[in-house]
Amino acid sequence: MSASHENNHPLSQSGEIRIDTGVIINKCYQCGKCSAGCPVATEMDFPPSLVLRMLQTEEAVQMEKLLRSMSIWLCVSCEMCLTRCPMEIDIPTLMDYMRQKSVKAKKTNPKANKIIAFHKSFLDSINYTGRLYEMGLIVDYKMRTGAMMQDVAVAPKMFVKGKLNPIPEVIKGRKKVAAIFNRIHKEDKQ
Amino acid sequence: MKIGFYPGCSMKGGAREYQESVSALARVFDIELVEIPDWNCCGATAAHNLNKELSLSLPARIMALAEREGLTDIVVPCAACYNRLSLVQHELGADATLKSKVCSIIDLKYEGTTQILNIIQFIDKYITDKLEEKVVKPFNYNAACYYGCLLVRPHAILNFDRVEDPQSMDVLVTKAGGNAIDWAFKTECCGAGMSVSRTDTVARLSGEIMKDANDRKADFIIVACPMCHSNLDMRRPEINKYLGENITMPVLYISQVLGLAVGLDAKTLGLNRHMTEVIFPEKPVKAAADIPQKVVTTQKMEA
Repeated sequence: MSASHENNHPLSQSGEIRIDTGVIINKCYQCGKCSAGCPVATEMDFPPSLVLRMLQTEEAVQMEKLLRSMSIWLCVSCEMCLTRCPMEIDIPTLMDYMRQKSVKAKKTNPKANKIIAFHKSFLDSINYTGRLYEMGLIVDYKMRTGAMMQDVAVAPKMFVKGKLNPIPEVIKGRKKVAAIFNRIHKEDKQ
Repeated sequence: MKIGFYPGCSMKGGAREYQESVSALARVFDIELVEIPDWNCCGATAAHNLNKELSLSLPARIMALAEREGLTDIVVPCAACYNRLSLVQHELGADATLKSKVCSIIDLKYEGTTQILNIIQFIDKYITDKLEEKVVKPFNYNAACYYGCLLVRPHAILNFDRVEDPQSMDVLVTKAGGNAIDWAFKTECCGAGMSVSRTDTVARLSGEIMKDANDRKADFIIVACPMCHSNLDMRRPEINKYLGENITMPVLYISQVLGLAVGLDAKTLGLNRHMTEVIFPEKPVKAAADIPQKVVTTQKMEA
């Protein structure tokens, strides 16, 4: 999906967001319930209500700050903000939108590297086996981040409890799942 | 009776005991769970964070396979998978162009006709009516029912239970002979998929949940999601370090609680697999006056 316009006028930021996500950011009247309910607002550089306000300014510099922010990566997609918003503004969808925009524009915050590495390792596992292979995910994540010693103490106990599979489950349609990844990646490059 | 079953990746690994207990419970009530053939991962948080089309296509393939198999109901016990499948079904149902695009990406026919049930909806539809007559060993403990995020939100799409103070699991625990306590963290977030990449955040969020349950004298926390379980159970050392306390309260799946009540043994239900050891407190553990009493209605909750 990309922004388009019948006339040749450039789209406003809020207009582009509306076309790409269906979310109308100008409905926000800054009541702050999203930030009050957000479990990670205290760790964010910009809490959710401020994110909305920054987008409403229509200034490219504010969008730039958001694409480089930690807020978009700290959001845990718990949907509390949307639940409590009196205007039912879908902030989780906005967060997904900005995360993907940030990755595409290569503007991700360096402090979010571990979070993004985890997501990428997760998707790689699905691409290779059709499912999430937990042990493979952790090894792949450690290779990406260099956090080799993280959680080594918990692994043996998990293994004893039957929670770690030494061998991945590979589905028969593995290639069909990989084909889904390929089709989407091809389209993204166009 | 045959019902479609989507276990999801967690139930094949870290949450094996969830699958064991759901399957055992289904057997007691003569329900045959049919696993969707060759199912794939739903993509979880990673997909919807990084790639919108992937986050639509992966769940769509699962539901397309279920349709091909003629499965009209599928039970999805993992709250995160349930959430993804439901949201995708909703989004594709509302946008025919998007739906046909996704169909061509997955190279399968997808109608969107499958009924997706979370674990509680599944129990309510097929088990609840017969539950009380099967209870042989009442679960006579104080239970803090923890719903988390993805079972109840977003309400506009899932339309399941009350969004701030849900009751459906409390009702089930009560029917199993338990005392579902009133507490404040029923739908607060545990930190979800940040367990590995932001363990400190998870320790704080899950720590606050554990603390409230413990302060209100719960004997057990009851969950319906493998991610909630792993954060509250496996991350207990980090949680206790954050709190500066030593909370030993076990975390059980709702399927394990009902399984115990209908007389299944601990091993069949996988109680031995939890990282925080499951120890049953001797009764009565707490003075009755300390326990916040509540009346749980057994009437069906308004949507």
